[in-house]
Amino acid sequence: MEIILEDFTKRFGEVTVIEKMNLKIREGELLALLGPSGCGKSTTLFTICGIHRVDGGRVLFGDQDVSRVPAQQRNVGVVFQSYALYPHMSVFENIAFPLTVRKEHKNTIREKVAEIAELVHIGELLKRRPEQLSGGQQQRVALARALVRKPSILLLDEPLANLDAKLRLEMRSEIRRIQLETRISAVLVTHDQVEAMSMSDRIAIMKEGEILQVASPTEMYQQPINDFVAGFLGNPPIAFLDAHVQEGEIHLLNRKIQFNFPGSSMPTNGTKIRLGIRPEHYQPNNPIQIPGTISFVETQGRENLYDVMLDDGSILRSIQSSATESIEKSAQVLWGIQPDKVLIFDQAGNRI
Amino acid sequence: MKAALAELQIELTPYQINTLSQAAYTGWVWTTDNFHKMTILPETKQILFNTIIYVTFTLLLFNVGFALVLAIATFYLPKGQAGIFRALWLLPRISPSVLYVVLWKWLTWDTGFLNAILNPLGVAQRNWMLDTTLNAWVFVVLINGFIGASMGMILFSSAITAIPKPLLYASEVDGANRWQQIRFIILPQLKWPILFVTVYQCLSLLTSFEQILLSTDGGPGSTTEVWALAAYHNALDNYWGNLQYGYGAALALVLVVIGVIMSFIFLRFFRFQELVRQPRIEQ
Repeated sequence: MEIILEDFTKRFGEVTVIEKMNLKIREGELLALLGPSGCGKSTTLFTICGIHRVDGGRVLFGDQDVSRVPAQQRNVGVVFQSYALYPHMSVFENIAFPLTVRKEHKNTIREKVAEIAELVHIGELLKRRPEQLSGGQQQRVALARALVRKPSILLLDEPLANLDAKLRLEMRSEIRRIQLETRISAVLVTHDQVEAMSMSDRIAIMKEGEILQVASPTEMYQQPINDFVAGFLGNPPIAFLDAHVQEGEIHLLNRKIQFNFPGSSMPTNGTKIRLGIRPEHYQPNNPIQIPGTISFVETQGRENLYDVMLDDGSILRSIQSSATESIEKSAQVLWGIQPDKVLIFDQAGNRI
Repeated sequence: MKAALAELQIELTPYQINTLSQAAYTGWVWTTDNFHKMTILPETKQILFNTIIYVTFTLLLFNVGFALVLAIATFYLPKGQAGIFRALWLLPRISPSVLYVVLWKWLTWDTGFLNAILNPLGVAQRNWMLDTTLNAWVFVVLINGFIGASMGMILFSSAITAIPKPLLYASEVDGANRWQQIRFIILPQLKWPILFVTVYQCLSLLTSFEQILLSTDGGPGSTTEVWALAAYHNALDNYWGNLQYGYGAALALVLVVIGVIMSFIFLRFFRFQELVRQPRIEQ
């Protein structure tokens, strides 16, 4: 089902957390709400499921305005960060709960629970209690409970935050598999850009209660709307250099380095700009060479990450395969950038 | 004895006093006579029955039942209002018993508040508290219950607020209405405090009698005379003036034994160990 937030406003007392937000979740897609903590992404999630009330605007499920519909009647499946399994119920009772409160027939409940337990691979755990399950299993139970009612939308609130690194990787693909199999529209709230990029069809990136950009992971990575988005996506993160425009050329590092402005919308002479250069685009064989000194080396196994300090003290990052000969700290290097891969931002941080 | 003699203005020599004490003090003997007496006196059955009625109704209706109603009702109220309600229900507990019972007497006696309202409506004037056995019981349970409910209310309230918020959220999005949320989430989570209040209040009700003493004093007749009150009456406030310390003490001892036995039954039956162990799930 298609979910639409229309001029959605949320206040807590005097504080307006979100003002006139517009967002559309397409049918069957998994949309990630990505942002730093406190940006309002969980508030948005809790509003969609009806735990928080709307202070302005509308929430639409398909054609139906559910802004005033209580959580109980919205038919939303939520997986909470803590999973929120009912500790006094067995796994079966937990999953069956949404059906039990609807007073569905016992046999129907048994069938549906068995079916969903099969889907999330916990068929043999139904008699256990939540306390007897591992974190990953609890997560699967929470997913099953959210899905068993065939919800209009599935909401995932930081579902992987409580798992250890290995399980996180496993559950990342599991959640995606289950979502694709059920084809239920889903919203994933996360502060982890890797999670958002790897699991979702589209990402909505939020900052201070505002959605900055909605795009597919690849598009958002390659065409960020501003420096915040560019900095939030990508690990190791993008590096920024100050520069200015002079007669169709970009000058940086006291004009030692100059190259033609790559885009078409050329700023006026003397405009100060910032260049965003991702680690994979500062490499040995690129045309515009920028000299520097290695200030930090981080070995990541398959790759090495180098921090390179330039003459003016700013830092560029480079990530290179560790198959090539590794470079020591303090070594002088002359690596280069590719003009058309450089992201250019104005003083306010917006992309040019 | 000396005081009694002084009151009668009789002066005796030390020798006479000594002789009199020896004659008056019967000495102590090991005996089970008092327990035997207990088994044959018909009043024993009556006070046992009264105690069961008193404890059961006060406990179930108020100390646990009404306390739960208060705790759950105030949980769903806005914070400020909830605080006021809880504070109001604490008043019976914190006001001095004598004053508190006097208020109940004002309410119920012949020229009291109830009559002042009901009389103009054509209801005959009467002492509502001591009018019938049923009325006496209703007021005994009310008087004690209003005091006892506050403890359960406080314990249950804090236990409800300790339930992880996501559990309540989850039950709401899972479609549970208020009643189902109470029935399936809140009450199961209150198992341990309910059990604790039941056990604790049951034992404390068994031995409590001051409010009954102050209100009905066991009346009308001895229809609201409970075991602990009977022990007090026999030992310290006998109608005929001959204080039966021994019999009163024997009654009290039986109460202690009953209390101990019940504690053990509670401990076994409700598997305390299991309930007080550390929870393994973290929410």
